[in-house]
Amino acid sequence: MPALLAAAVAVLPLGYLAIRAGEGGLGTAVEVLVRERTFWLVFRSLGLTAAVTSACLVIGVGLAWLTTRTDLPARRTFGVVAALPLAVPSYVAAYAWISAFPGVAGFWGTFLVLTACTYPYVYLPVVAALRRSDPSLEEVSRSLGRSARATFLSVTVPQLRPAAAAGALLVALYTLSDFGAPSLLRYDVFTRVIHSSYRASFDRTPAAILAVLLVVITVAITVAESRSRNRGGTARLGGGVVRPAAAVPLGRLRPVAVGLCLAVAAVALAFPTGSLGYWLVRGSSASLDLDRLVSAATSTVGVSLLGAVVTTALAIPVGVLAARYGTRTVRLVEHAAYAGHALPGIVVALALVFFGIRFAQPVYQETPLLVLAYAVLFLPVAVGAVRASVAQSPRRLEEVSRSLGAGVWTTLRRVTLPLAGPGIAAGAALVLLTCMKELPATLLLRPTGTDTLATRLWTETGAGAYAAAAPYAAMLVLLAAVPTFLLTYAQTRRAAQSTEDVDPQDLMEGGSR
Amino acid sequence: MRRPHLLAPVMAATLLTSLAACSTSESTTGSAPDETAGAAAEEGTLLIYSGRNENLVEPLLEQLEDAVGVDVEVRYASTSELAAQLLEEGDASEADIFFGQDAGALGALAKAGMLAELDESVTGLVPETYRDADGRWVATSGRARVLAYDPEQVPEIEDITEIDQLLEPEYVGAVGYAPSNASFHAFVTALRIERGEDGARQWLEDFAAQDPQAYENNNAVLDAVDGGQVALGLINHYYWFQKVAELGEDGVSAEIHFLDNDDPGALVNVAGAGVLASTDMPEAAAEAITFLLSDDAQQYFADETAEYPVVEGITSSTFELEPLAELDSHQIDLNDLDSLEETLGLLDEVGLT
Repeated sequence: MPALLAAAVAVLPLGYLAIRAGEGGLGTAVEVLVRERTFWLVFRSLGLTAAVTSACLVIGVGLAWLTTRTDLPARRTFGVVAALPLAVPSYVAAYAWISAFPGVAGFWGTFLVLTACTYPYVYLPVVAALRRSDPSLEEVSRSLGRSARATFLSVTVPQLRPAAAAGALLVALYTLSDFGAPSLLRYDVFTRVIHSSYRASFDRTPAAILAVLLVVITVAITVAESRSRNRGGTARLGGGVVRPAAAVPLGRLRPVAVGLCLAVAAVALAFPTGSLGYWLVRGSSASLDLDRLVSAATSTVGVSLLGAVVTTALAIPVGVLAARYGTRTVRLVEHAAYAGHALPGIVVALALVFFGIRFAQPVYQETPLLVLAYAVLFLPVAVGAVRASVAQSPRRLEEVSRSLGAGVWTTLRRVTLPLAGPGIAAGAALVLLTCMKELPATLLLRPTGTDTLATRLWTETGAGAYAAAAPYAAMLVLLAAVPTFLLTYAQTRRAAQSTEDVDPQDLMEGGSR
Repeated sequence: MRRPHLLAPVMAATLLTSLAACSTSESTTGSAPDETAGAAAEEGTLLIYSGRNENLVEPLLEQLEDAVGVDVEVRYASTSELAAQLLEEGDASEADIFFGQDAGALGALAKAGMLAELDESVTGLVPETYRDADGRWVATSGRARVLAYDPEQVPEIEDITEIDQLLEPEYVGAVGYAPSNASFHAFVTALRIERGEDGARQWLEDFAAQDPQAYENNNAVLDAVDGGQVALGLINHYYWFQKVAELGEDGVSAEIHFLDNDDPGALVNVAGAGVLASTDMPEAAAEAITFLLSDDAQQYFADETAEYPVVEGITSSTFELEPLAELDSHQIDLNDLDSLEETLGLLDEVGLT
C-alpha cells in the first residue's frame, strides 16, 4: 500500500523520539513532565496557539468575505494582496518588527507576527469555499427576511466551517512548530525550549520528552478538527451552477472595510517588505555577491520543487483514501501524516540524521534525504489539498467508470486524479512555497557546500550583516510570492469565468472538503 | 469545461531544476589537492563541521586547505546544532573536525567521548587555561565579556570594577543585555560557578529588579548604547571593535570597559576545535588544528575578527587588543560551561528570558 509508505515516512520522527525519550527511563520522563516549567510551557504554547488561531479565523474569514461577497472597492486587488503575506517567512517578519520596535518582544509581538504570516492559511480555503458555495441559499435567507448579518452568521458561516477549520488546523500546527518568530521575539514556547534544551544540556532526552508532549497535543488538535468536520458528502452532484453571488452593499461601512483591509496589508505585507527595502538601500555599499545569490536561488527552487513533487506524490494515496474510505486505519494514517507538521524542524532534522546515517549512509547529507525531510514536515499541507479536491469530485463518475469495466487504477488515473488535478496542483504550490522558507532541517541536511536562500540569510544575519542579508531575504520573498500569486490569481480568474463553469473544483482548497 | 493543467508544467519544471540542482551540488566539492604537505598521503576529503559563521572564517579555512594539502569541505550551522548533530551521528560521522564558538559545546562532545586526544605538540601551543585538561580540544581564539558604555552618561566608568556595581540605584533601566544570547548564558554560568546557585540567583534577581533593557543580540545592545538609549551594555569585546572598523573611530560614540580580572563579568570564553575520534584522516586533522594555531591563523583572528589570539607573541595589527595573558587571572574550567541547562533554568526562574 503506497499510503502506508507515506505514513511510515511521517512517523519516522516519532520512532526517533521514542528511542531518545525512552533512553532516560520512565523516571526522567516523569521528572521532566512534572516540572513547573513544563506546565508553563504547555500553558504558553496553547495560549499562543489559541490566540493566533482565533485571530487568523477572524481576519481570514473576514477578508475572504469582504473580497468575494461585498462591493469593496478594488476587491480583486485586495483579494490577491491578502494572500501575499504567505510569502513572508515568519523569521523575516519577526526580525523586521523587533529591529524597529524592540518593545514588541514577548507575547504580543509573537502573536502579531504569527497572525500576520499565517492568516492566509485560513483566507485561501475560505475564499475557495465562498466561491464554490451556492449563493441561492443566502438569497433564500435574505428573501425570508433575515438581515445581512444574520444571514452571514446562520447560512454562510456553516458552509464555510469545514474550510475554515482545515485552515485553522494548519495555523495551529504552524504556531506550535514555528521556531523563528518566538525565538527572535523571545517568547518561551515549546519549540524555543526544545531548541535551547539541545543547546543547553547537549542531552537529547529532555528535548525528546518535550517533543513527545508536543506530538500528543498535536494529535489531540487534529482529532478535534476531524471530529468537527462534517462527515457528509460535500460534492455538488451536478445540477448546481456556480454563479457569482450578488455583492452585499457595504454602504457607509465601505471606508471602514477599506481601512481594515489596508491595515492588515500594512502590518502583514507592507511593513516587512518595507524594512527589507530599507536594508536594501542602506546596504547598497555592502558588496553583493551576485553569483552566490543566483546559485542560492537556483538550489532553493531546485530542492523546493523536488520537495513539493515528492510530498504531493506521497500525499495522493493518503488523501484519496481519506476522502473515499473513512475507515479507522485510514484515519490513523491521516493523523500520522500530521505528526511531522507540529514538530520543530530541528527535531525532524535530527531524526533524519539518526536514521539517515544508520540506514541510508549513501544519501546522508545529500539532496534525497533533505527532500524526505520536507516530505515529513509538509505532508499534511498536501494531504489536506488532495483530500479536499478528491472529496469534492463526484464519486458517481468513478462508479460509472468502474461499471464500464475500468479497473481501480485506470479509474484513479483517468477519472479521479484529472478531476482533482487543479486542487492537487494548488496543494503542491503551497508545499513549494513552504519548502522555500524552511531553515532548520535544511541547515543540518543540505548537501555540504550547498546554500539555499534561507541558509544564506541565516549566515548573513548571524554575522550581524543585516544589509548583506537583505538581498537574500528579498529574493526569498519574491520567489515565494510567485506560487502565492499563481494560487490566488488562478482562483480569481476561475471565479470570473465561472458563470458557465460547472466544474466543482476550486484551485485552492488547503484542506477543506 | 475549462481546467488549467497545472500539474504538467510543474512536473516539467521540477525535472529541469532538479537536474540543475544536482549539477550545482557536484560542482561545489573543493579544489584540486595540493601536494606540498605530508598529510596529502591520506586519501579523501577533510570534513569540518563549523559552528563559526561562514562570513567570518571562510577565507581562513581556504588557507587551511592549502596549508594541509588535502581537499577540505566545510558544513556551516550553529555551534549547538552541529554538536547535537554530531552526537546523533555518533561513530558513523564523516566529520573529521569540529570547530565551534563555545567551550560548552566542545566540553559536551569531549564528555561524550567523541573527541580524540590531541598530541602534546598541538595542545602545548596554547596556555593551560585555554585547552581541555585531557587534551581533547584547544581554544583557537578568545572572546572577552566587557561593558559597553556611553561616555556622556557614565563619566564615572573607571570606578566600575565589578558586576555588583550594576545593581546600584543610578543604573535602574540603564543597562542593556541580550538574554537569549549564548555569550550572556556563558557569563551567567560563570557567575554560578563562581558564586554558587544561591549567590547567582541573588545577583540575577537584583539585576532583574533593575529593569534592564533586553535586546535581540549583542549588536543591538551596542547600537542602543551608541544611540544613548541605555548607558551601559553587557556584550563581547569584538562587537565594538568590528563596529569601529566599519564606521571609524569617530562614527562610534560608545566605548568599552573591562571589569576586574576576577569578576565573572570579565569572563573570557573561547572558540576552539577538536578532532573527532571517528576520523579516518587523523594526520590531516591534526595538521588542520595545528594550522589554526599557526601564526598566520592567529594573526587572522586578531586582524579580521578582533578576537584574542591564544598563542603568545601575536598582536593585532588593526585592533588595540591587550595580550590575553593580562585578562585572565581568575579563569574557570571552560569545560564547565557545558552546564547550561541549570543556567537556563535559573534565568527562567528569575524571569530574565
